[in-house]
Amino acid sequence: MKMLINVAETVVADSLRGMAAAYPELAVDVENRVVARRDAPVAGKVAVVSGGGSGHEPLHGGFVGPGMLSAACPGEVFTSPVPDQMVRAAAAVDSGAGVLFVVKNYTGDVLNFDMAAELAQDEGVRVAKVLVNDDVAVTDSLYTAGRRGTGATLFVEKLAGAAAEEGMPLARVEATARRVNDTSRSFGVALSACSTPAKGSPTFDLPAGELELGVGIHGEPGRERRPMMTSGEIADFAVNAVVEDLGPRDPVLVLVNGMGATPLLELYGFTAEVHRVLRERGVAVARTLVGNYVTSLDMTGASVTLCQIDEELLRLWDAPVRTAALRWGM
Amino acid sequence: MLDADFFRRWLASVAAAVEREADRLTELDSPIGDADHGGNLRRGFTAVVAVLEKEAPATPGSVLTLAGRQLISTVGGASGPLYGTLLRRTGAALGAEPQVSAADFAAALRAGVAAVAALGGAAPGDKTMLDALVPGADALPTSFAAAREAALQGALATIPLQAHKGRASYLGARSVGHQDPGAASSALLFEALTDAAEATATGKTPGE
Repeated sequence: MKMLINVAETVVADSLRGMAAAYPELAVDVENRVVARRDAPVAGKVAVVSGGGSGHEPLHGGFVGPGMLSAACPGEVFTSPVPDQMVRAAAAVDSGAGVLFVVKNYTGDVLNFDMAAELAQDEGVRVAKVLVNDDVAVTDSLYTAGRRGTGATLFVEKLAGAAAEEGMPLARVEATARRVNDTSRSFGVALSACSTPAKGSPTFDLPAGELELGVGIHGEPGRERRPMMTSGEIADFAVNAVVEDLGPRDPVLVLVNGMGATPLLELYGFTAEVHRVLRERGVAVARTLVGNYVTSLDMTGASVTLCQIDEELLRLWDAPVRTAALRWGM
Repeated sequence: MLDADFFRRWLASVAAAVEREADRLTELDSPIGDADHGGNLRRGFTAVVAVLEKEAPATPGSVLTLAGRQLISTVGGASGPLYGTLLRRTGAALGAEPQVSAADFAAALRAGVAAVAALGGAAPGDKTMLDALVPGADALPTSFAAAREAALQGALATIPLQAHKGRASYLGARSVGHQDPGAASSALLFEALTDAAEATATGKTPGE
């Protein structure tokens, strides 16, 4: 597998050096692995901090800036960051109004953020946490670790970030984030596995004529494998899985998310099919975002995330945002 | 009796075993996890060896608590907090004694294993590191060799199990047929104990 890297050991640091070079409005601490708004802490405002393994770019560092995240902590590739990074990030951006940790539901992320929350609170930072667990491909039962956090992370970070920007207190920012997670669901498909820089070869074996339904964002296989389907068939499967879990209420925000190596040409075609299925099911679409936002290195495939919104959430979605990967209105 | 030097040798021996087995651990982590277990533990135990050389704690308890803190600060993922908690809580249970008996160590390790179970919310049979840690710790009062064998068998016994915790649980029935990478790395801890005991007897440094 050919990769545009120096050596696997420095992939994350090299990437952060590039972000620092490209976005002077970000404060990038390459050594301690923290990406923060340069103007943070912003007086009187709640800080929203997230983090997770690298390899999902632009998540999370690409979402740092006015209107979205205050700071992000990138871990090693597909490995959660460590508590020291999160505590450092929280301390760097806390204005005294408190910090909301946005945590994707993976054991490593949960354990490290739990430890970080305790340590930050010991240092006098008020911390709240919201867990993102939107993936309907995973059965939520007593016998599993629960649903994974995937595409809805973008919705939670954008809407909680906008709530914080409006000056809402920590409890309301937290409640907003929780509400967004509660009304969001995702489903992903992979047409090929991804390759981590450390391993240098695909993390699982997906035959050329098959696709993986319900795939996660770490190259972990999904639940079911089928012969290759058309874009329209995949949209039927994915949207139905989401709508049946979410309930058919509307309107919704739609995220059609690429896994990293699927061209926009295909993603737009898939978006047309997603809209068709929603129309057939009578679900009104308020806004649609298409692109590679919550990726899985070089995996091909896509995920669909729907978020049921009300007037307040729509206002927060439309609010100005200025980050490396998402920007409008400013 | 076991002193701080013994525990330093133990951790150096774990680091050497992880270095040797890193590729195998990552291979085990590929089909059911996310292919980073070997690299993550290598980074953590390399840092542990470095900090122990720099700070040279004087008691068994302080060696283990420092090592545990270092793992939490460097590993990430689930294995950082879990292995970090194992060593920190085992160290805390050993207290400030300059030397501890093998029985004291066995009791302390059981406390550490219980802390891991509480943190991760897992139990034996869930296809996690506990499937090697629990039998290993239980056999420790008999001998290091018995603990090594029990942990190894425990790790191998995860192959037919279905995962109920961690990322492998997302695979459901498809996790069956793969050895749990966490149980495999936990078995290395017990393997390293016998290496450390041998090294102590012969005055050698593990890994030489």
